Amino acid sequence: MSPETLIAAALVLPLIIAAGIAVTGWQPNLREGVTFTGAGLLFAVVILLTMHVAGGERPELYIGEAAPGLAIAFKLEPLGMLFAFVASGLWIVNSFYSVGYMRGNRERNQTRFYICFAIAIFGALGVAMSANLFTLFIFYEVLTLSTYPLVAHKGDAAAKRGGRIYMLTLMGTSIGLLLPAVMWTWVLAGQNLDFVQGGLLAHADISPVVASALLILFAFGVGKAALMPVHFWLPNAMVAPTPVSALLHAVAVVKAGVFTIMKIAIFIFGPDLLEATPSREFILWVACFTMVVGSLIAMTKDNLKARLAYSTIAQLSYVVAGAMLADPAGWLGGSLQIAAHAVGKMTLFMCAGAIYVATGLTNISDMKGLGRKMPLVFIAFLIGSMSIIGLPPFAGAWPKYELMQGAIDHGNVYLSIVLIGSSLLNIAYLLPIPLLALMPPPGTKEPKPFKRPDGAPMPTVVAPLITAALCIILFFAIGPVSKFLAPTVGDRVEYIAEGGQP
Amino acid sequence: MIDAILNAAPAWALTHAAPLLVMVPLFLAPMLALVPSGRIAWLIAVIATAVSFCFSLVLLGLVQTSPIGVVSYEIGRWPVPIGIEFRVDALNAMILLLVTVIGLLASVFSWPTVVAEIPKPKRALFYSAFLVCFAGLNGVAITGDAFNLFVFLEISSISTYVLVALGAGRDRRALPAAFNYLIMGTIGASFYIVGIGFLYAATGTLNMGDIASRLPELAGHRSVQAGFAFILVGLGLKAAMWPLHQWLPNAYSYSPSFVTMFLSATATKVALYALIRFLFTVFRPDFAFELSAFTGILMPLGIAAMLICSFQAVFQTDVRRILAYSSVAQVGYMILGVSLGTTEGLSAGLFHLLNHAMMKGALFMAVAGVVLTYQGTTIRDFAGLGRSAPWTMTAFAIAGLSLIGVPLTAGFQSKLQLGFALFDQGLWWAVGLLVFSSILAVIYIGRVLEAVFFQPPVNPRKTRKEAPVLLLVPLWILALANIYFGIAADVPFNLARDAAAAAFGVEAFR
Repeated sequence: MSPETLIAAALVLPLIIAAGIAVTGWQPNLREGVTFTGAGLLFAVVILLTMHVAGGERPELYIGEAAPGLAIAFKLEPLGMLFAFVASGLWIVNSFYSVGYMRGNRERNQTRFYICFAIAIFGALGVAMSANLFTLFIFYEVLTLSTYPLVAHKGDAAAKRGGRIYMLTLMGTSIGLLLPAVMWTWVLAGQNLDFVQGGLLAHADISPVVASALLILFAFGVGKAALMPVHFWLPNAMVAPTPVSALLHAVAVVKAGVFTIMKIAIFIFGPDLLEATPSREFILWVACFTMVVGSLIAMTKDNLKARLAYSTIAQLSYVVAGAMLADPAGWLGGSLQIAAHAVGKMTLFMCAGAIYVATGLTNISDMKGLGRKMPLVFIAFLIGSMSIIGLPPFAGAWPKYELMQGAIDHGNVYLSIVLIGSSLLNIAYLLPIPLLALMPPPGTKEPKPFKRPDGAPMPTVVAPLITAALCIILFFAIGPVSKFLAPTVGDRVEYIAEGGQP
Repeated sequence: MIDAILNAAPAWALTHAAPLLVMVPLFLAPMLALVPSGRIAWLIAVIATAVSFCFSLVLLGLVQTSPIGVVSYEIGRWPVPIGIEFRVDALNAMILLLVTVIGLLASVFSWPTVVAEIPKPKRALFYSAFLVCFAGLNGVAITGDAFNLFVFLEISSISTYVLVALGAGRDRRALPAAFNYLIMGTIGASFYIVGIGFLYAATGTLNMGDIASRLPELAGHRSVQAGFAFILVGLGLKAAMWPLHQWLPNAYSYSPSFVTMFLSATATKVALYALIRFLFTVFRPDFAFELSAFTGILMPLGIAAMLICSFQAVFQTDVRRILAYSSVAQVGYMILGVSLGTTEGLSAGLFHLLNHAMMKGALFMAVAGVVLTYQGTTIRDFAGLGRSAPWTMTAFAIAGLSLIGVPLTAGFQSKLQLGFALFDQGLWWAVGLLVFSSILAVIYIGRVLEAVFFQPPVNPRKTRKEAPVLLLVPLWILALANIYFGIAADVPFNLARDAAAAAFGVEAFR
């Protein structure tokens, strides 16, 4: 198949799956069959595309112009490919998990749930493959709209409130800030919104003030990147069922946000202009602030999902910080963080869901000693935590390493200090959870019996183990991944990736 | 497609399309007054609007294939500066298409609402008045003669007063609303005719093209400037330019549903067209006094409209009033685009004009459906309708999202173009206000949508009751058009761009 067909297939498949789910909704087993087959096919298509991209091709697909100059077009490059790969690959694992979770919890409206999920994947893939800012913006909004029913899935007052905050924040920032930024870029770049290697605005005549304002509009306009102070939608979105939190609020939605920031830094600003933009330093400060404050707030949360949500906010800022470093090492670190954090945080969320299905517990203080009854879940949780903290041999080690490298290359010593501090905070708020569960202090009361008689359903235990294993695999696969990303993030990467290998 | 229409049209249609477009409804109207049955009158009205629609397509084809982009028709073979000329270029071809499409959809959808709201003996007369109004609006759009424009403006206005007053059957407040509209509309028309008087005194001609060619040497002339001011105010009043919009909210709230829908999508648009015609082709933006009018009057008024009336819309409790204030705000967007005085700005304004007709048409149609089945128009009456009338309300939601400017809807495309045009002139603060006004739209539409989809019905006896099919079909045509033109905006955008080029173009009038 030609790469063009493959791109079209990658976009059409999720929609076909959504339609298939709608048609087979009356028969749950058949419906889940459609999801799995479709997700598998989609992943195969993305793998084929990845091979094309790895071979140096840059396949393009041109759909048409929405209005003169505003093309809906797709073009693949390594960074977008990585995001598409992560999102579609983890969708399979997540679907597997969802089946266990949704049935185990006897959730209602499961058909709507799976349909919206497929459409959200469609949005994420569109964002990943878009060839210009206009296409990206459209799919960004598709992603927002399609995930709203997922966040408000439960339909009670709290879910509706969370859903409304989610929708209003993401829509408000994207229409209020991102859209003007897109319009402004269009005018500054001479009626063009294409992603150009080296920066669309690199050769435009832009004063530092304008560039600063534009960068600030972009950074806060992409509300999905959860930079403080537009982060509050994320904890509120935790009212969603856990599979949604796992895939969307650790992988697809938030990663679409930081991916957009990365893409804007690399392809709209480009290294030289970004370096020359005064507000770059300001956004970097905000990212550092978000890392530290996000972690500190996480420590105060006893609700497991809330703690993970704030942890996500802090971790997303790694990517923003990497993007704002404006050098290859920072960009590589940020890009790796997209993948590494995805597998790590997804593991944690899925464990939280498994605990909830089995016991109904949501508070960390009630989980002491629970590891005796659910050892596999907590071992997966431990691995995920260590990956988030950044310990070798887990995937999270590499982005931190590269970010520090970039910070030092760049003379931003404070960033490396913040990164180290953030790691320490991660240890403080993540590690106690699995350790206290697996090795309760003497005198801890025996945990209550399971709410479900047979404990966590099998898929909800296996799925986090798979992602935990991925955390380890990704650590060793970092060489090929860096090589794959090299054409996008810059040539010094060759050198750094080589030098960085143990 | 244009070629196919031109090939299919008979020779007489090609030569006489321009006058027939206006004359067919105008001559059918008095006949309708004699028809005994409302149903037959309705059918004739549908046929008349459909015929006009065909002629407007033919005219569009003729304009697009014409080497100079103009179709000129001398009424009664009187040569041009003396006789009345019908003159169609890309600008008014677009407006004619808009009016006839909306007219056709509106008349198709009208029957159920007319049955519910208009007493039986008046139905045929009602349709008669509608056709007069329709012919008048088309006449305003098509004519190339400044005085003839006044005549058609009054034809359409006087019939509009009648149409609005007929809402008295449902709500007596329609009578003062119509009277208010009559006074204001007459003042507007008087200002316009006074302005034409000044221009006639200075130039000695009434043909627009002729006036345009004689004006450059009279640029500093007092009576020309006074005429300009009078015309600006008169047409601004008709177009509901802030703060001359006071007649509009009441007229839209209390008139019969069908009239509201038709007027909101066409009447202010046609007046705005006439304003654009005078601003860009009769007078030219290079006149110093006109430029100062752009930056000193039109732009502040446009911005004030989109902010203040959006605010007012937020505080209304009646859905039709919300939409009426929103209409004034949307006219503000168009005026803002026009006031830039650039091709991009004008084409963005015209683009928004087209899109706004689509979304407001759909919104008022959906409201008409609710009035028909549930009798109420306050937000409270809309509570829980998402379950009892899902088809109507989904279309309402689509058009509402388009009004907000959510991506993948038509409203997004035109706001995007308006933003581009504003940034192009370095007016980034105006973009900020534009976005702010959109956020106000999120609030006022959001209030309605929340009631519709998330609140339980106030009156639980309201059972599942959808609007009739005759209403749903045109409603969904407009709703789907909002989505289609949000994804592939080429057609309306090119129409608007050609229209803007024609408004600026030298060849358009000389």
